[in-house]
Amino acid sequence: MQTPSSDTPRLAIRGIRKVYPAIVANDGIDLTVMPGEIHAVLGENGAGKSTLMKVIYGVIRPDEGELIWEGQSVTIPNPAQARELGIGMVFQHFSLFETLSVVQNVALAIPGEFDLAALSLRIEEVSQRYGLPVDPRRMVHALSVGERQRVEIIRCLLQNPRLLILDEPTSVLTPQAVRKLFETLRQLASEGVSILYISHKLDEIQELCHTATVLRNGKVTGSCTPSQESPKTMARMMIGEDLPAYSHGETGHEGEVRLRIVNLCQPTEDPFGTTLKNINLEVRSGEIVGIAGVSGNGQQELLKAISGEEPLADNRVIEMCGIQVGHLNPGKRRALGMCFVPEERLGRGAVPRLTLTENILLTAYRKGMLLGGLIRFGVAKRFAEDCIKRFDVRCGGANSEAKSLSGGNLQKFIVGREIMQDPKVLVLAQPTWGVDVGASSFIRQSLLDLRESGTAVLVISEELEELFEICDRLVVIAKGTLSPSKATTETGVEEIGIWMSGMWPDAEKSGEAPHVA
Amino acid sequence: MGLTFISSIIFATVVAGTPLIIVALGELVTEKSGVLNLGAEGIMSVGAVVAFAVTHHSGSPMLGILAGMTAGMLMSLLFGISALTLMANQVASGLALSIFGVGLSAFIGKPYESIALASVNPVRIPLLSKIPVLGPALFEQQGLVYFSWFLILAVAWFLYRSKAGLILRAVGESPVSAHSIGYGVVKIRYQAVLFGGAMAGIGGAFLSVFYTPMWVEGMVAGRGWIALSLVVFATWRPGRVMIGAYLFGGCMITQMFVQGSGAKISIPAQFLSSLPYVATILVLVLISRNRSTIRLNSPASLGQPFLPDA
Repeated sequence: MQTPSSDTPRLAIRGIRKVYPAIVANDGIDLTVMPGEIHAVLGENGAGKSTLMKVIYGVIRPDEGELIWEGQSVTIPNPAQARELGIGMVFQHFSLFETLSVVQNVALAIPGEFDLAALSLRIEEVSQRYGLPVDPRRMVHALSVGERQRVEIIRCLLQNPRLLILDEPTSVLTPQAVRKLFETLRQLASEGVSILYISHKLDEIQELCHTATVLRNGKVTGSCTPSQESPKTMARMMIGEDLPAYSHGETGHEGEVRLRIVNLCQPTEDPFGTTLKNINLEVRSGEIVGIAGVSGNGQQELLKAISGEEPLADNRVIEMCGIQVGHLNPGKRRALGMCFVPEERLGRGAVPRLTLTENILLTAYRKGMLLGGLIRFGVAKRFAEDCIKRFDVRCGGANSEAKSLSGGNLQKFIVGREIMQDPKVLVLAQPTWGVDVGASSFIRQSLLDLRESGTAVLVISEELEELFEICDRLVVIAKGTLSPSKATTETGVEEIGIWMSGMWPDAEKSGEAPHVA
Repeated sequence: MGLTFISSIIFATVVAGTPLIIVALGELVTEKSGVLNLGAEGIMSVGAVVAFAVTHHSGSPMLGILAGMTAGMLMSLLFGISALTLMANQVASGLALSIFGVGLSAFIGKPYESIALASVNPVRIPLLSKIPVLGPALFEQQGLVYFSWFLILAVAWFLYRSKAGLILRAVGESPVSAHSIGYGVVKIRYQAVLFGGAMAGIGGAFLSVFYTPMWVEGMVAGRGWIALSLVVFATWRPGRVMIGAYLFGGCMITQMFVQGSGAKISIPAQFLSSLPYVATILVLVLISRNRSTIRLNSPASLGQPFLPDA
């Protein structure tokens, strides 16, 4: 890993600009990375971080601006060219092929001879050297998210990169796995590899990065040395204001059990799915229960069982307010007062090509929007306008299409739609995933208010920080089983992190390795 | 009569299955790259008529096959331009190609109707053709029959043992990921589509030059569609394509023997004629109903156009 000179920046970018029809994603961005430097690119969702990284990696072409690689001006028309220069990238949504094995996945990215046996040896060598254990022969669809990330990193390392780009690498890892990743990254940096580390998590950046460039709305709003800043000052650079605080009501007002899951077992036929085993859970009126866990441990299957998307054979397994609902479909469960906010906003939570009013009708039609089989559009429209106003949804009015809204605003709209139906039970999956800080704090506060009004709220999330902020009790899902519950005040990130690896007290000792990072 | 009869049944089964194998394997490669080309019926028709015409004029079946193959590639190029470059809907483009191809072949074929070609002598493989029963059934066949066997092995080796095949499967599973690690998705898909077209052209040529050495409008008779469904029901695996194709051929021949034998049976002839289609689909559905094999073998991006970020 030789560099021309230690004073020459590994990469300098000057005045990068990229305009999309609706927004300016990057607006004159400058950034410099030195050899061996871990450089953070900090910003909210939609600040233009990912666009910038894709420009550097040659996935998209900038409209203006210059890239200077080790002192020479270059154009990077495609990823192959970027890799030739020595740039490697670990994507937020992994670019792995699920139906292929680890070594096949790596072989696809490595030029040269096609010799899987020799390549397996090299993978094992690199994985040992950097503490990234992974078995080259396994199929990718059988790997946990953390393991997949290791495969991506190994794939990059095998090409001896001189600049490694990581896009939100910790969003899918347990706290313990994050620490291991940081060790690997520090080792790489000490060997002279430059690292561009994209994140919106301030504490991680403080712990890991040497320097930081902060983006907001496509522009650089500052650069700093994270170790000399406080999270508060960096947050101000990132969102332009202070981090929001929450008003929690008093706890301890839990009422009757609204949602009860008894011994839920649900085998899956999907080779990429998770079998649910012996799930027991109660959610009471006036409390928020959080389900933590690394994605792919049965969250989707559990949500489908609770919502009724996958009706169960045994109707006793799920009870709502004392009524057995296991065999009911989602419509009937909603009629009983259960509301859901699924993880996928476009496609599950809302229909992209329908207007907001029409999207309101999809779930809230029971609120007096039907008359003799006909739709009362006036009522629906008023409901939509109400929702837009109450939940501060920025959009072109009730007649705009759902897909025209930004992720955060659409999520506010969907959460608002469900909350305004006065649910007895509200189940949410990843309520603030990909939502900017302002909108997510608004959504979290709305959930806290809903709890005050006596609704039983169940939140499935991978963001530990979020769960600790709003939940009264936490449980952890790992390998399709559920941990015992613990009051949020009596536990911490450390303990929940260990539980996320399936290692809670009295956890069923199964032969299978826990599906974790 | 016994042994010769069995031998001739096997012989006829293999002959009937051969065009299906060739066309279905071509389509399999196309689909593995994530492209659904429903134009097989049309490409086969054009391949058949062009091969017939060229063989008729030149007197060389070999030239005929090459011409059929070239015509198939040109047809699939049309599909490629529409579905890959212009990113039109693949299903609609493929259906249009089928209808277009069937019509075009009827037009080209008008002057050639009611002409018969000299039948081509089979290729006898020394030693192997001396095996009792199986020898005459399997090893005194047309060259293209041997080609179809070679093709099964070649396609299987390509897909599961070669790097190019790995890249093809990767493109079919996730074009976005393949693009992000630097592969030209559209270029690879073009190659797969052209290969599929070439095979469909050869399949058509086999029908008009060897199977029934004459040109009749509509002589492809749905074989293109059967080949398409074979690929799906065989869960995109070359070996199962062969099983399905021979099963179809076997039922086809058997029902023809039954109908032709004059035996008094009270089953309507139409029912017997539909038997091969029903039986093939039924058997393949049964052997491939395992959901996980479907998930693991079907190309995840099948039918979706690929538009790289700009």
